[in-house]
This record gives sequence, structure tokens and C-alpha cells, in this order.
Amino acid sequence: MKYVFSFLAVIGLIAIAGLGSLIPGMQSVFGVALPYLAILVFAGGFIYKVIDWAKSPVPFPIQTSCGQAVSLDFIKQNRLECPHTTPEVVARMILEIFTFRSLFRNTKTQIYNGPKITYESSKWLWGFALLFHYSFLVIVLRHMRLFLDPVPAWVNWLDFGDGIFQIGAPNVYVTDATILIALGYLFGRRIWSRHVRYITLMNDVFPLVLIFGIACTGILMRYFLRTDIDIITIKRLAIGLVTFSPVIATKIGAIFFIHLFLVCSLLIYFPFSKLMHLGGVFLSPTRNMKNNSRAVRHINPWNDPEIKPHSYAGYEDEFREFMVEAGIPVEKELPAEKG
Amino acid sequence: MQGPSLATGAIPTRDWMDIPVVFKEGNYAYVAKKDKVEYLNSQSGLNFPNAREWSPEDDDWKLPENWKEIILSGLKERLEKFRSLKIFMDCCVRCGACADKCHFFLGTGDPKNMPVLRAELLRSVYRNDFTLGGKILGKMAGAREMTVGVLKEWFMYSYQCTECRRCSVFCPYGIDTAEVTMMIRELLHLVGIGINWILEPVSNSNRTGNHMGLQPHTFKDNVDFLADDVENLTGIKINHTFNRKGAEILFITPSADVFAEPGLYTAMGYLLLFEAIGLDYTWSTYASEGGNFGLFTSNETMKKLNAKMYAEAKRLGVKYIIGGECGHMWRVVHQYMDTMNGPADFLEMPVSPITGTAFKNAASTKMVHISEFTADLIKHGKLKFDKSRNSHVKATFHDSCNPARAMGLLDEPRYILDHVVDWVEMPENTIREQTFCCGSGTGLNTDEIMELRMRAGLPRANAVKYVHEKKGVNMLSCVCAIDRATLTSLMNYWNPEVGVCGVSELVGNALVVEGETRGELDEGLRTMV
Repeated sequence: MKYVFSFLAVIGLIAIAGLGSLIPGMQSVFGVALPYLAILVFAGGFIYKVIDWAKSPVPFPIQTSCGQAVSLDFIKQNRLECPHTTPEVVARMILEIFTFRSLFRNTKTQIYNGPKITYESSKWLWGFALLFHYSFLVIVLRHMRLFLDPVPAWVNWLDFGDGIFQIGAPNVYVTDATILIALGYLFGRRIWSRHVRYITLMNDVFPLVLIFGIACTGILMRYFLRTDIDIITIKRLAIGLVTFSPVIATKIGAIFFIHLFLVCSLLIYFPFSKLMHLGGVFLSPTRNMKNNSRAVRHINPWNDPEIKPHSYAGYEDEFREFMVEAGIPVEKELPAEKG
Repeated sequence: MQGPSLATGAIPTRDWMDIPVVFKEGNYAYVAKKDKVEYLNSQSGLNFPNAREWSPEDDDWKLPENWKEIILSGLKERLEKFRSLKIFMDCCVRCGACADKCHFFLGTGDPKNMPVLRAELLRSVYRNDFTLGGKILGKMAGAREMTVGVLKEWFMYSYQCTECRRCSVFCPYGIDTAEVTMMIRELLHLVGIGINWILEPVSNSNRTGNHMGLQPHTFKDNVDFLADDVENLTGIKINHTFNRKGAEILFITPSADVFAEPGLYTAMGYLLLFEAIGLDYTWSTYASEGGNFGLFTSNETMKKLNAKMYAEAKRLGVKYIIGGECGHMWRVVHQYMDTMNGPADFLEMPVSPITGTAFKNAASTKMVHISEFTADLIKHGKLKFDKSRNSHVKATFHDSCNPARAMGLLDEPRYILDHVVDWVEMPENTIREQTFCCGSGTGLNTDEIMELRMRAGLPRANAVKYVHEKKGVNMLSCVCAIDRATLTSLMNYWNPEVGVCGVSELVGNALVVEGETRGELDEGLRTMV
């Protein structure tokens, strides 16, 4: 059901945009009002969420040490996996965020009769996750050519690089293919992997289908459904949006509005969903803290000084007789025996 | 060939939210006795309400009338106090990378033991009451209402997690199930749900100083007895003291080391080592427990029990503390103690009186791990070993979860082993930061759930079996007192020819001490005389 509903939801969104944009006057709603709303919700929601996280303190240093800590001179520290200083933490975080280092460690465990358990390296998820995220990133960045005038050199270079194979006209982008392949894998494993299927929620399928829809409509618009898709008009609209003077001069094909509407849906959905891992990965205390908690005291703002140990005095009062008899030193001697 | 979820059968066809938990003898740890809960609730700074007689098998758990309100406001409070909880509730993408990393999932095949699903048990309630999406979309967004059924599920699965943090190594966002389990257990205590194997040790530790409930004279007797054994075996007279003011160092180790096999031999190793180097140290009967069952209970309880260490160090006027071999104790010492009960400005930066090495990594807590201390002695040539005294041993080394993943203490014990014994590593995906739990940590080493424990310990046992068969390993060494107890049961079941020992026992075995009159000890410090 979660799979079917996800598709139905995205099809519904497509229908809304496809039909809605045909209604006279609605083009400015789909082309102007909604994009502004989406950006507002996205930015506002994202910032709200991050501030909300940041409002809760990190009471304890709970870093996960994944290698040898700083110790004696002759014991070699693993600086990346068990950082002791801020630069080491930064290096760990950079590798985590840009290369998905933890996911790289992934192993596949199998149980054979015996029982015998085996572990083998399994990099598929890591590989396709990287492929997906970098494809997405490149696609977002090369869209900047629509929003910036003049187009900066780096966007042109990115565009050139992405189209390096120079197949067809217009050039086929590499990332158009790779994002679909990666989405296919990420979606597929939610079906064929039994335990992943069991944990999958609609929250996991819907964004995949939505992004799939965005990619497909983008590809259709670029290569196939080119009626009324005039890049000049679209760029004028995009620049207009950026400069707060949007104009929809001439007719634009429905496929454009569908594409844009799905993007807006993604932006609005983003801050309320698991996609916030984009922000959360920076703030995860097990990764972004130094493992120096015996060398430098970490402060807990709500530490309760009123929680005190069962006192030594109370302990000695209860056991003094035994202690004296056993020859254990005491603070207060036993009262003199009453004759 | 079987997938990981096949350990006990196929994955259920029904959605996990629709499968209620069923408690029956053997699948749950006995609940805390009424008098223990009452005692703890009477202690300042602690909150253990709703003491009563009850059983998880009963339909009615005798919860307070407003239990739901208590749970939800407790969750709200914890979201505001722990950033980790908020992030871990929001960021999971259910990629499943953690699933086959959990020893409980591998051993039981129960999908709710996948770390991701264990967290979903709480996350689903979080979504329902604390997120917009969950409030609007409900079950479609993975949200569900807090019910007694959910509460029972929490109890079942937060006590089928040993907070070993192996999943957090593999999670792309570092989501740590230990945090989630700790929060769930805290919430359960708010309505009077806890297990006896944890709360009885907690109350013992509070009252007598150690979780075994040994009173001062008994604690002393036990250590004296071990000292006599060492003298009988080696001819070295042990000069140890208790509660001695003015000692340079306070030594704290898990009380199991002075009470039960095979930890006893580890304690004998400490005694012999300290005697050999003439260390000016004292034991304490008041702070006679290194372990901290508060870690498995609530942060307040952890703090209250841990506070004894600094309190006693201050009272005795020592310069610093050396801690014995223990897993979760070292998580508390490394990641919580200074924050909770510091700053220990009445102590000094630990400096080895024998080598002059300053332990800068413990500059603030002023507490040094026995393996760090011993490795430093070896490096400076202050100890003389005869490795052949361990010739009856072919060892391997088990990284305990907490020293490995909540401290980064990996190579110090290995350095020691290199000098005292012939040993080999277990397969690489089962050691160091990827080490597997003994299966009975966080207070789950109780006999009524033995099957669960043997299942959860399977990945560890299986790796031992591999080196036992391929390399002739007959001894599983470790630096953890809970391990020494639990791995012994685990080996008896899965690999009966493999024993369990502490690293310090192997040190004691191989140590050559001036003035010794030691015969052939076929089994080192275990030799019966």
C-alpha cells in the first residue's frame, strides 16, 4: 500500500499541475505564487528545524569512537575515527558528509547452518547513495544557469562536464541517467530486500517517487515534449522570480508546470520529513564531538548539583561496627562499651 | 544459506505495528522487587514511583492512572534535554544499514530487534505527538498513538538491547540506539517498569558501595582471601589496604572481580602487579564498585552512583584514581563522570609514580585505565615477564563494547597481550570498533533469559569458535567484568573448550617478581594449591 499510495500521490500532484496550469490565469499561481511559497516554507521550515534542534543542549559527550583514542605516546591514535581536536573532528565530518564514510563500512551478514556467521563488505548501498546524492547536487547546480545572468563560468563548466559524451541534441546529461539508475536501486532495494521492505514506511517511498517524477518530467521536457518549451521564456521567468519581478510573457507547456510543481512539492515536504537528514548529519553528537572527554570537562547546562551520593557518613553509620571489627579505618570510633 | 532474518524463521507478513508482544516465561527479565523500588524511591535525587507486585505476563500492569500523560510529558522533557534524541528521532532514513549489525537481531531474527525498528517503536509515538506530519497523516506517516500495547513493546525491546553501539558505527548519521534505549528505559521507570537484575544491583551499590551487596568486612575478607592465594602461589606477600587516608592512588574495580570466578583471578593479577611495583594505593569499601548499573537505568541514577568515586577520592586525599577492567564503567568514567560529578579539582593530573609518565588524556577526570597504566609500565621496562608461564594459554582478545566504541581503548590491552601471552585476533569484522557484544550487557546477564542471551551472544561466540578451530585458541581474554561473567556462560554453551579471563590475569601469570618462590603453576594464578 505504501508503494501504491506514493505513486498515487505523485500522480495526483502531476494531475493538479497539468490540469491546473491549463486554466487561464492559473499559470501565475503555478509559476509564481507557488514557487515563492515553496521557497518560504522550505527555508523557514529548514531554519526552524535546525534552531529547534540547537535549542536542546548536548548534555553528555557521547561520541562514538571508531578507532584508537589518544593515549600513551607509543600508541598510535586514529585521528579520523577517534578525533581528539577540532580539526580532526572537521576532517571526520567532511569525510562523513562528502563520502558517506560510515556507510562505506557496511557489511552484509549471513547465517549458514552450523550455525556459521559470515561478514562480507557490501558497498552497493554506499555506491548508489553517493551516485544519487551527487547526481542530484550536480543537477541542482546546473539549474543555476536558469537563475543567474550572466551564467557564471563554473555553471558552464559543470554543464559542459555533465554533457561530456555529447550524445544527441540537445546533449544528453550524464546525471540524468545516473539519478534514474540510483533512484531505481534505492527504490528497488525497498522491495527486494526483505528486511528493508519490512521497515519501509510511506515516508521512505514517497520522496523517492517524487524525485523520480521530478527527474522524469525534467528529462521529458528537455528531450521529448518540447512544444511550447522555450528556454528563453523559462529563463526570463526564473530570473524574474529571483529578482522579484516575475513575468510569464508567452505560453509555456504544461510539462514545465508539472516539473515545477513537483519541485515545489518537494521543497514544501522537505522540512517535515526524513529529508532533514541533510541538516541533521552535521549535528549528530556521536560524530561531531571530540573524544577528549577525560582531558577536557564537558558542561551539561542542566546538571543537577542536588544529586549527591549516598554519603560516606551514612555508610559508616550503618556499618561502623563491622568495619571496626575488620580493622577498616573509620572516621568516628564506636561509642565506649557501656559497662 | 540463510539471510540474517532467518535465525528463527521468516519475517512476519503483518506490519510490525500490528503485531503485539507476548510475554512468557523465558522471554523477559523478572521485574524489580517492590522493596527495592521503594528503597530507591526513598533516596534523595532519585525517582522510582509505583512500586508494586506485578508481572509482565499479566494483562494489567497496574500502571498509574495518568500513565500516558507521564510518558508523553517525560518524552517532551527528554526531547528538550537531549539534542541527540531529537536528531535521532528526525533523521533516520530507514536505509537498513544497521539491521544486520545488531547481535540481538542476528541471534533472534526478530525484526523488532533491528536497531532501526527498535528506534521506530519510540519514533512512531514521537511522530504522532510531536511532529506536524504525524499529526496530520497519522499512520500513513508512520505515526501511532501511545497505548499500553506500545508500552509493553518498549519494555520488551529496550531490554533486548545491550546499548553496545555497534549500530552507531555503521549508521550514516551516527544514530546511536543506545541513546534511544536509554531514553525508553528512563520513560518506563517513570511509570514503575524496571527489571530486578538492574534495580537490585543499583540499590546494593547505593547502600553497600557495590552491586553484589558486600558489606565492608565481607569485601575486605574477599580481597584478603585473594591476597592469601597470591602469596600461596607465588610467595609474594601482598600488602594491600582499605579506606587508607593519604594513599597516593585510589583503586576502583568492579566488585565482581573480588567475588566471582573468573574475575577473581583478574583481581589477583591486580594485587600482584601493584605489589611488584610497590604502588602506594588503597582499595575502598565505600566506593567498592567500578561498574555503574545506573547507566542502564537513568542519568540521575548513574550520577548518584558514580558520585561515590570522587567523594571517596576526596575523603581519602588521594592524588588520582586507577580504574580496573570494566566495560560500561569506563563508558561512565570516560563520557559522563567529569560532566556529572566534576570538576575533580581536588585531585592531580595522573602521573605514574614508577615511570613518571603523565596521563594527559585523563588530565581532567584524573582517572586512568589499568591497561593504560600497565602498558606504560611495560613500555618503560618496569615489568619483567616470563611468557612461558602462560604457555598453557592460547588467547584471543574480545574488545568490550564500551571501551571500544565509547572510549577508543583498543591497542593498550593488545600491547600488553603482546608481551605476556601468545595470542591471535578474531576475524576483522568482529573486533575493535566492530566488536560484538557478549549479548548480556546492560544488566541483562540474568539467568531467566538465558536463551535470549545465548542467541544474542552468538555472533561473538561464533567468531571465537572460528579461532578456536583454526588457531587452537583456548582462552578468551577481555577487559570487562560483565564479560568475564557472561562470556563464561556463553563459552560453556557454544565453545565449551574455551575459557575466559581478564588481561590482568595474564599479566599476573607472566609476571616475574623479585623475591618470589614460585613453583610450576600449570594454570597460572588459577592453579589449585
